[in-house]
Formats: sequence, structure tokens, C-alpha cells
Amino acid sequence: MPEAFEPKIVAFFCNWCTYLAADLAGTSRIKYAPNARVVRVMCSGRVDPQFVMDAFAKGADGVLIGGCHPGDCHYQEGNYKALRRVELLKRLLRQMGVEEERFRLEWISAAEGERVKIVIDDMVEKLRALGPRVPARRQEVA
Amino acid sequence: MPGVALAREYKYMCSDPGQELIRQDIRDHGLDRIVVAACSPHLHEKTFRHAVAEAGLNPYYFHMVNLREHDSWVHADKPAAAAKAMDLIRAAVRRVRWHVPLERRQAPIHANALVVGGGIAGIDAALTLASAGKHVYLVEREPTIGGHMAQFDKTFPTLDCAACILTPKMTAVKSNPNITLWSYSEVRRVEGYVGNYDVEIRRKPRYIIEDLCVGCLECIQACVFKQAKVPDEFNLGLGKRKPVYIPFPQAVPQLVVIDPETCIEFKSGKCKKTCVEVCAERNAIDFKQKEKIENIRVGTIILATGFETFDPVRVPYYGYGLYPNVYTSLEVERLVNASGPTGGEIVLRDGRKPATVGIVHCVGSRDVNTNRYCSRVCCMYSLKLAHLIKEKTGAEVIEFYIDMRAPGKAFEEFYNRVAEEGVSFVRGKVADIYPAGNGDGRLILQAEDTLLGMVRKIPVDMVVLSVGLEPRPDANDVRRLFNIGCSGDGFFLERHPKLAPVSTFADGIFVAGCCQGPKDIPDTVAQSGAAAAQALALIDAGVIELEPNTAYVTEDACCGCKTCIPLCPYSAISFLEEKKARINEVLCKGCGTCVAACPSGSIRQNLFEDQQIFEEIGGILTYA
Repeated sequence: MPEAFEPKIVAFFCNWCTYLAADLAGTSRIKYAPNARVVRVMCSGRVDPQFVMDAFAKGADGVLIGGCHPGDCHYQEGNYKALRRVELLKRLLRQMGVEEERFRLEWISAAEGERVKIVIDDMVEKLRALGPRVPARRQEVA
Repeated sequence: MPGVALAREYKYMCSDPGQELIRQDIRDHGLDRIVVAACSPHLHEKTFRHAVAEAGLNPYYFHMVNLREHDSWVHADKPAAAAKAMDLIRAAVRRVRWHVPLERRQAPIHANALVVGGGIAGIDAALTLASAGKHVYLVEREPTIGGHMAQFDKTFPTLDCAACILTPKMTAVKSNPNITLWSYSEVRRVEGYVGNYDVEIRRKPRYIIEDLCVGCLECIQACVFKQAKVPDEFNLGLGKRKPVYIPFPQAVPQLVVIDPETCIEFKSGKCKKTCVEVCAERNAIDFKQKEKIENIRVGTIILATGFETFDPVRVPYYGYGLYPNVYTSLEVERLVNASGPTGGEIVLRDGRKPATVGIVHCVGSRDVNTNRYCSRVCCMYSLKLAHLIKEKTGAEVIEFYIDMRAPGKAFEEFYNRVAEEGVSFVRGKVADIYPAGNGDGRLILQAEDTLLGMVRKIPVDMVVLSVGLEPRPDANDVRRLFNIGCSGDGFFLERHPKLAPVSTFADGIFVAGCCQGPKDIPDTVAQSGAAAAQALALIDAGVIELEPNTAYVTEDACCGCKTCIPLCPYSAISFLEEKKARINEVLCKGCGTCVAACPSGSIRQNLFEDQQIFEEIGGILTYA
């Protein structure tokens, strides 16, 4: 039997909410799918659309951005700016043939360790069903 | 892994020997980049940066990989977790190559503090800071300081009178030259950063000129309302007050307040104004007083905004608000208090004296339908109220409890004492409260006695609901104002539950008392002392080092499109005459949203350079 497909997700988590939520999930020993790798940014507003494109170009099966809930941004409104960019980027990605399920923006506060699990598990499940990206371009070992 | 000169495994890298290992290796092997793969950078990034700096390397040549909270603790599949660890380490190794040496900035700290909330937590913190010679602004929303503690009769387990131990502290606040007390005031705006917070405070009009009022209270006597008719907030509506009033006799400041909602002069403009007549030449009453805005700059802020008691209307089967003889515990505090609405006599709303009293524990606590948490104080104050009711009326008192929680100094002893005094205990959660049906006004408490294994229906004259502690209804607005977080239960979130219990994620802002979670008076006072000590440590350092992760413009590349300027929430970006953007490093807080938006790529962010993040992405997605 061929090995089951395990998607790889690049996750950009903001330092103040979602990164801490993932820390809390850790301290609470909540178990979730090991498919996401977190890149820490100070704010979801720091996520340059180029980072998302770059991740897909290098073979990511999904990209997840985690920020503070609307109104709760540590930098007042960086998450709204992330939201604006994400909406534009979604259209662009659709045109490029990247399925909608592959790119998500989620609001997860520092108190929501459980939500990290819910979001990542759900995304992994959907990406598994979707299968690998075609054509997947994979980089050689650097 | 390419670029790695030395890889070392050590169990406790954060320990002194672990750090020494890093320092020694830097010296022995001439290492110029360091990656530590261990716990969350929120715990030990500082530790390792410090260790790296001690070995003579710039601390920002270091990067940390979170293998514990983000990997080993959350994944059951070991090979997959190991693969993830490899990816994360590879990402860090690739990233750290692009690190450049950075310097931390320094900012001065203003040597004064703002304390928000004038309950026991705020009072104690303000007094501590003031006694260390710092100037404190104490802002309280209500007309008087004192908070909930002023409403209590006695305090458990020692049965000290709450007012006797609190009011001296209240007057000490008023008389301390280092404390500016603004009661009946609210914080409206907070800007700036640690050491330099600009705060705007709205002082509501009390229609009394503070400097002229001497607190003689003659205006209250003289009011055209001969009888007090307005439900009195301090006594939770059990007593009445006039439109001009003082919340309670020992209120601080000793100033009356006029309530424009009920004062005839405000409603019709046709009052005889007997209050003004009696005030005479003191002339302290001013019906035209307007709200006043004060602007202050402070170095540090302590939030001590307290709690709200649970509103038992939300548990309809307990009949609060429906049956007059169902009371909340806070109402009973006022009933047993000698300066309360009944002069300390425990009489029911229908004038009877209760012969049997049922106390229902965990109302709004330990319940999936309301609050899951234990409010920590209810068992003990219920025992205290049982003792006081028994002492004053000789009534039979029955406590309905789920578990008796008495885990404090002399708490268990107090429980035993109350039990020996003849208070009865039924172990079971009350399921229903309903009238006895024979018209005598008695209520039946129905509960499953889990020790006897049977349902019991016990008739009582008076029901006391031991209501839990909840966050203030506007806790969310307040935390946004101060840019801090709340935990899942709605109380303010501390930076670390064990090791930074009074700090928040906003530097220079500390929490004390029940706004952080339910706690009793000793714990509150201990916490306010801790918050004051943290604030003092900050102030006395004089300067604070700020993280260097600010954004900067490479002016050669800037095309002058101005995209970035409206994006900055701190107005840190200005547009120069030569049509270039410039970022004021002091105002920049390092979110990086302008960096992400800059179409020419000319804005960059220290520690979060595009190239560094591209390398991380590349490291994660290298398929070995």
C-alpha cells in the first residue's frame, strides 16, 4: 500500500496571540497533527504576500496565518491589514490554480490553545482529502 | 546540516552549566551564529541572548527553535515529530546566517505610576508606590474608593471588621501627598509605550466643587426630598438614598455627589434648591459642572479593576428576583453590617426574622452552564455568613455545598469552628427552590444529599445564594484600552501563570487583585504588593531597553509612494521633503505591517528581514 499523503503546512503565527496559543496548547499537552511548521512574526500584518507565494512555490501544501481576533491586535489593527491582504491574495491564488482550502487565515487568541488543535487538525484533514499540489515543485536539499 | 559547525545535546541548556557550554563553545570554536532548539522563545530567548552576549557575540546572532511547546509536547507520532523538529531546526539554521548585529535602544522611564481601580488592590498598590516616594495617580470609577471590600461586614477567617481594617488605608490614600486621587473618573485613552504612557482621564461631574465641599453633609439633610427614595447602590438597593448623597459614611473622598437622573433641579429646573441655601457661603454646589479631561504621562500602570458578583437571575430555578426571600451573599453582607440598611438586623423583605436559613454554594461557579471555574472565596465567606447569621439571630443555618474548599491559613480551622457552632451541612447541589405553598412565605430547597444518597426537600425562611466572582462586564473594553489580553474565563491574562503572575504582555502594565482571577483579600494584597514591586523595579531602573525589531527605510530604494504612511497605527512614519518615507525609531513598535505593504521593498524590519523569513520557509520546505 502506498504511504498516506501527509501535507506540509507553513504557518505564520503572530507573536502575541496565535504563537502564544500554540505555546498554551503545548503546556496543556493538547495533541494535534504534526503537519504544520510555525514561522513566528510579530504581527499577522507582517505577513508579506510574497511569503505565501514563496511557500507555495517551494512546495507547501497549505499556508496558515494566525492572528489576534479583530479588535485585539497587539498593534491595534495589524490583523485587519492581514485580512485585507489575504482577501486579495485568495483571488490571486485561485487564478493560479491553488485550491481555496490551501490558504487560511484564522483568529486565535492567546487563551485558545484548543483552537490551535481544531484549526490545524481540520486543515490537515482537508488537505489530505485534497491530495498533493499538482504540479508540486520540490526544492533540492540546500 | 550545511553551515553547522558544532551540534550539541544537553538536557538543560538554560541552566548555568548549559549556558556555560554555549559560551565555551563560542570561544573554543569561534562560532559566530547560535541556534538553540529547546522550549518557547517566550520563556528563554532572553536567557540565551544574554549567554551569547557574555561570550562576546552580538546577542542577535542567536535564534531559538521551539521544539517543546510546538512539537514534542503536542505530537504523539514520534517519527513525524522528529521530522518536524528537523524542519524547524533547518529553518533556523538557514535564517540565522542572515542575522546582523543589532543594538538595543534605551528609553527613559517616567518616575510615576497610574493605578486603575480603588478597591483594596489599587489602594494597597498606590500606598506602596507612594511610600517609596513615587507619584501615583489613583483613578476610581465610583464616587468613593474602597471597592467591594468596603461592602463586606467581617472578613474570614479572623472575623476582623472589613471597614475597621480598610478605612484607615482609605484615609491614608487621601492624606498622602504622593497620591493624586481621582474618584468618579475613568481612563478614556492610553497611548505610548513602557515608561512613557500618555493617558487621558475623564472626570465625571459630581456637581460639587471638590475644593469647596467640606463634607458636612448638610445638603443631604436639606434636600427637598424629605425621605430617601432612590435605591442606594452601595447597599445594593436594600436601602434608599436621596439624589444628593454620599455612598457610605467613611467614603473617601468625603464629598457628596448629585445624581442628575433623580435630582429635581436637573429634571425640571424648578427645585427650591434648599441644598444650595444650606451650603450658603461655601457655595460648593454647581449644577452646571461639566466633565473634565486630565492628561497625564506615567511610566507604569497597575490595573486593579476588580470583579463583579455573578447575577443569579441567570440561574432561574433559584428564583432570585422572583421570591423576595432569596438574597445574594453580597446583599447579606450589607444586611448583617451595623451600618447597613437595617442597622445590622437580619430581617427579611417581609419584615420577619428568619428561623431557618439555607446557604446555596457555587452559584455561578463550577457549573458548565455559567462559569466552569471555582470562585475560591465562596465556601469561606459562606461559612462566615453562617457564623454571623447564627450569632445574630440564633437561626438554624444549613449550607448546601458541592465540596468544601478551605485551603488557606486558618481556613480549615474556621470550617471546623463553624461546624461545631451547630451549622448544618448538606453535601449536594441545590436543584430547585420553590415556595412551600402554604402561604407562610417559606421556600423549599431541593437537593440530592450525596452523602445520604437521597433527595431532600428542606423548608427555609431565607435563602442566601453564594454567588461567584466574574470579570467586570466591560473587562473586554478595558483590556483593549490597555492592550492586554484576557484568559478564556474573561479575567485579565498574566504574562506567565507561575513566574510572571502580575505582568502582562504589555510591558510596564501590571495586574493586581480579582481583575486577574477570583481571590481573597490576603491574596489580593499580596498580589498588589507584587505589582507595586514590579512597577518600582521598572521606575528605579530609570531606563528600559527596547527590543530592536523596528522597521527602517532604505531611502535609496524608497519611491515615495506613501503607501506605508496611513498604515502605521503609531504615526511613526513621516514623509520627508525629498519625497522619501522615514520611520521614527522611538515611535515604531515593530509590528512590520508597513514592511509587508511596501511595494518597492524599501522598508525592512530588524530581526524579521524578508530574507530571514524566506530562509525559514525554505528550510521548512526542504525535502530531504
